[in-house]
Amino acid sequence: MLTDITIGQFFPGTSILHRLDPRAKLLLLLVLMAAIFVFDTPGGYAVLTGLALLLAATSGVPLSMYFRSLRPLWWILAFTFLIHLCATPGEVFFHFWIFDMTKEGLSRGFFLCLRLTLLILFSSLLTFTTSPLSLTDGMERLLRPLKVVGVPAHELAMMMTIALRFVPTLIEETDTIMKAQQSRGADFSTGNALKRVRHLVPILVPLFISSFRRADELATAMEARCYRGGEGRTRMKELHVGGIDYAAAGVTALLFAAMGAMKMAGI
Amino acid sequence: MPIELRDVTYTYMKGTPFERTALQNVSLTIADGSLTAIAGHTGSGKSTLVQHLNGLLHPTKGEVLVDGVNLAGKKEEAGLARRKVGMVFQYPEQQLFEETVAADIAFGPKNLELSEDEVNRRVRSAMEFVQLDYETYKDVSPFRLSGGQMRRVAIAGVLALKPDYLVLDEPTAGLDPQAREELLRRIVDLHRKKKLTIIVVSHNMEDIARMAERVVFMHDGHVLVDAPPSKAFLADEKMREAGLTAPPTVALLSILRDKGLQVDADAFTADEAVKRILKAIQKKGGAKC
Repeated sequence: MLTDITIGQFFPGTSILHRLDPRAKLLLLLVLMAAIFVFDTPGGYAVLTGLALLLAATSGVPLSMYFRSLRPLWWILAFTFLIHLCATPGEVFFHFWIFDMTKEGLSRGFFLCLRLTLLILFSSLLTFTTSPLSLTDGMERLLRPLKVVGVPAHELAMMMTIALRFVPTLIEETDTIMKAQQSRGADFSTGNALKRVRHLVPILVPLFISSFRRADELATAMEARCYRGGEGRTRMKELHVGGIDYAAAGVTALLFAAMGAMKMAGI
Repeated sequence: MPIELRDVTYTYMKGTPFERTALQNVSLTIADGSLTAIAGHTGSGKSTLVQHLNGLLHPTKGEVLVDGVNLAGKKEEAGLARRKVGMVFQYPEQQLFEETVAADIAFGPKNLELSEDEVNRRVRSAMEFVQLDYETYKDVSPFRLSGGQMRRVAIAGVLALKPDYLVLDEPTAGLDPQAREELLRRIVDLHRKKKLTIIVVSHNMEDIARMAERVVFMHDGHVLVDAPPSKAFLADEKMREAGLTAPPTVALLSILRDKGLQVDADAFTADEAVKRILKAIQKKGGAKC
């Protein structure tokens, strides 16, 4: 069923990752993602993979959820691997029809897949352990300096918060509408492409109407509570960078140094 | 033939940390031609339960039979059985999408691939039944109607499928008293005149007391009480456990009885309650009315 879908779902918990400040987590995630591309040596990958696995294991999120987040990527991973396996020139170790599989291709394909997997894993670590609310809070705070050049940080964050807030609501509503139309004999899963698109009309029209209605009601409710943008707004829960965040940054810096050294040493 | 639920268990999001069992070993038989009400507080599993009746959800464990056919069984057979059960969701007016009232009501029959004549006939009779004049409303956009009228259009859309069983989830929620009154009367009519088997999910004890022949109270995914209203509403303790309150007439009569008046508490309309009280007072030989 539609309501069983998990998109970037947050799992409440008390692990180290959960306790980190969202800003620290966001920045460290960006840095680590960059590291995946910069330290492209076996040693670097070993360190990053180890870190990802360690964090995943201690995050308190069931490991099956990480596999789930990788699932939509299986095809891309398999395809990338095969292309690199067969299209990289080098020492051929297996020949099949017109395909020459090379040792160089094997290692290149493997590392590319590992790179993709790590990217997904690190972003899953962030979304699984950070509530959407604190995530947007963190983003707002990080974007604030850009206000000088006209980036509406608060508005962007507010829009994102609202959008995230309504994702489950809309999924649930889509589910109900689909069920209702199914109960009236609608069939969404058969017929050619054109037919299937036409079958979407009985779902999309009610969904649009209710979205507009919700947006209107929400705007009224916000205005009724004197919302007038980010200027001078205070917050109930201030973000605080604490010892744990500095420690995480320190650990990351250490890992960077190690990976840098390994890259220079050619490992 | 009845609708039968055999030992139905349903779990949402099985295999994730969000796993939640909404129904636990529910067995129910909905007899032909009956009018059953299902009540329970939010999260008691009543909406999950009714979605099993036309195969929108399939039990995690157990089975649902409509006229002896398992809804999770062979596709064709099960499909036909599912069509026999009409389903009106909560706030059904939110599912309207067509440009005109007639087109929206025709959506269901058209999906059944009926001839155009038959579709028109069904639209006309469904509109008549919900008391929307065909000529006046057929070309009106459903979005220009009042809330009560929109709901009637939505219900007509399900009636046009000519189901043998009709399931209504909170049909009167959000309607004004007059529209509510009318809708309830229509539902009872459907039951009496068209001999439809009806299952109504409701929070409103008064509504249930007035029309149901059988009441099922759900609590935490279990069936707590399954009895005719005259018995169900008198089971004080069970009702409290299910988080429900007795209809106002029953509550009033119970208070009178606690105060020492010898009165039967099983009255579900104001008139009936007045009669009971008069009878009790006369028996007591007290005040003359």
